[in-house]
Amino acid sequence: MLAIRELTKTYDTGTAALRNVSITIDEPQVVAIIGPSGAGKSTLIRCINRLVEPTSGSVELNGENLTALGSRDLRRARRHIGMIFQEYNLVERLTVMENILSGRLGYVSFWRAFRRNYPAADVAAAFSLLERVGLEGYENTRADALSGGQRQRVGIARALIQSPDLLLVDEPTASLDPKTSRQVMRILVELAREQKTPTLINIHDVQLAKTFANRIIGMQDGEIVFDGKPGQLTEKVLTDIYGEEDWSTEAAQASGEDAPETAAAS
Amino acid sequence: MIEATWLRHTLLVLGLAYLVWSMSSLEVDWERVSKGLPRAGDIITRMFPPDFSRWELLTRGVTESLEMALAATFAGMILAVPLGLCAARNLVPMPVYLVARGIIVFMRTLHEVIVAIIFVKIFGFGPLAGVLTLIVSSITFIAKMLAEDIENMSPGQVEAIRATGAGFAKMLVYGVTPQILPRYLGVSIYRLDANIRQSTIVGIVGAGGIGQTLSASFSRYDYDFSLAILLVIIALVFIGEFFSSWARGKLR
Amino acid sequence: MSAPGTLKARYPQVWRKYTPGQSAIKWAWYAGVVFVAVWSVRNLDIPWFYFLDAHVQFMDLGRRMLPPDWTYTDVVLNPLLETIHIATLGTIVTFFIAFPVAFLAARNTTPNVAAWLFGKFILVSTRSINTIVWALIFVAIFGPGPVAGIWAIAFRSIGFVAKLIAEAIEEIDHGPVEAIEATGGSRLQVLLMGVLPQVLPVVYGTIVYRWDINIRESTVLGFVGAGGIGIELYSSINQFAWSQVSLMLALIMIVVVVSEFVSATVRNRIT
Repeated sequence: MLAIRELTKTYDTGTAALRNVSITIDEPQVVAIIGPSGAGKSTLIRCINRLVEPTSGSVELNGENLTALGSRDLRRARRHIGMIFQEYNLVERLTVMENILSGRLGYVSFWRAFRRNYPAADVAAAFSLLERVGLEGYENTRADALSGGQRQRVGIARALIQSPDLLLVDEPTASLDPKTSRQVMRILVELAREQKTPTLINIHDVQLAKTFANRIIGMQDGEIVFDGKPGQLTEKVLTDIYGEEDWSTEAAQASGEDAPETAAAS
Repeated sequence: MIEATWLRHTLLVLGLAYLVWSMSSLEVDWERVSKGLPRAGDIITRMFPPDFSRWELLTRGVTESLEMALAATFAGMILAVPLGLCAARNLVPMPVYLVARGIIVFMRTLHEVIVAIIFVKIFGFGPLAGVLTLIVSSITFIAKMLAEDIENMSPGQVEAIRATGAGFAKMLVYGVTPQILPRYLGVSIYRLDANIRQSTIVGIVGAGGIGQTLSASFSRYDYDFSLAILLVIIALVFIGEFFSSWARGKLR
Repeated sequence: MSAPGTLKARYPQVWRKYTPGQSAIKWAWYAGVVFVAVWSVRNLDIPWFYFLDAHVQFMDLGRRMLPPDWTYTDVVLNPLLETIHIATLGTIVTFFIAFPVAFLAARNTTPNVAAWLFGKFILVSTRSINTIVWALIFVAIFGPGPVAGIWAIAFRSIGFVAKLIAEAIEEIDHGPVEAIEATGGSRLQVLLMGVLPQVLPVVYGTIVYRWDINIRESTVLGFVGAGGIGIELYSSINQFAWSQVSLMLALIMIVVVVSEFVSATVRNRIT
């Protein structure tokens, strides 16, 4: 499904954010990418849909090489890649419904988008997602009137209405409190599994990663230093990823929770 | 503040030297200037009471000024959009940005009255030259503010819209417009107020409106009529300012 | 989304941002704005046929303007200097007049209500009459020449500068003022030693800012005979000597941009 080969990104400032990163995902699974700030997690996610232009390497989604596409084809490809952001990135002054429907922008004509005149199927899908994320009745509320958790739910609905072949999620819970974080992660992972969408989640919270992901990739300084099951996250591995620290509690919980919550959800 | 005493003294000496130099280099007809005070007294006595008897002329001038301001604001609002978009660093390629910024800087340095006088030479006396002047300065002003707002908008919202596969036009409508629309309308209303003020002065070089009436009255030494026109202009400016701040308050 | 058919049955298929009433109001606003604009343009009796060959005219004007007649610099250099002098001297005059006016117009330093009203009246009236209108008046008084220009610049700026100073005075810290009052200082001493030091940075900043606005304003004074480069510009435009005009426009641009830069730098240093 998704094959990332030797992806490298060096910024104009000379910072090497990614060095020869290769990842293959060939089943609809939830992959968590963990690692310290500055490890290149955000860059990796953004190089896949080319919000950040990679320096070299390739990204192949369902047999199509995304890195080789021209701008028109890239836009067509982006329709099928949903994205969820740390700061939600909702259009603040638009209503919840407009924000969700904006996920269909790649599919409708400019004039229909301009007049907010979306096809009946899209509108019905938007209402159904609104219900799924627990925001019935909020369709005419403006995004800037929502709480953080509500905004991220709208963000999830906006990404999923794209019917994506791939879901890119960048630190979805970094701006949320622990309880809301778990709720948002649960909704996100449930919906991703239901639609059988492979999902890449950047997350700095190791505990959440282990609870919700089927596979964990650890990054350190632009390179992959771990790729395995949540249960394999031992003290030694966490030290490789984050550096020297007493990891005994985190690692102990890992072995105790061998069956992640997500497995039950599917 | 300036702490060092020597620096303060040097500045003072330089300042005095400048005064001497500039005063001596000006070509002044001191004899004529010395008659100024009595003349001022004479003009002021002739200004009172203000003469409103030619009110048809006054209303015609005022209406023309208002019409010029309204038409120019409308045209300026629309035409400023493409220029403003092109002058936003985060939206367009570098060469386009530089050209658009260059146009804005160029137009901004030229005083409206200079622009007006050039248009008067090209299109002749009358409101057409005035409207074009006001349009030019409205475009520059609104475009500049628009570009600054676009550069200061939140990039995340635009990134999210781009990530859905939207092209440039849809990105503008969904990512950019909602963020800048209220400020754009506010700036346009402010510009209407500024245009009303300017529409009263471009007439002094023959570009229509109440200013033309004012200039004519001065050249005929009709000072009582001039005072009446001045009072009307002040009232007009006040109403414009009041309306503009009221409307912008409503927008918020 | 796996089964669109069932979704359609269960959920609304139409969503409108506005109710019909709201969109009617919205469209009424649009229509109103367009109507006012069209009505204004129609009333102005614009000779549209001028625009038929506007692009030709425009190209022609461009060709006549380029290249600028650099040799003419000798002639316009002195008037250009005069323009700068008018702006600078006018700003200096403003400085001396705006100060007392500001003290009158600030609530906490004005001696009485009548003085306060008088101060406010000066603020408002000088600000609402444009520089070029002041120039018309002062040319009538002092005759054509830079003196009229200096006074026009000064009068227009008084309201602007005094208003900002008055606002600064109203926001001062009362501690130093009370300290001087407590030592039994006279009214003037309180103003000079308690109030003045606190507002000086604002005063300098405002003056420098107004100076660069005045440079731009003083370029047009000559159109009504009040001195500066405007006189030369006016005569060149009247003679259709476009290459001289473009030279002067270029010089004016340079002066304005440089003065803006100087003003911004100075303001950054003192605040």
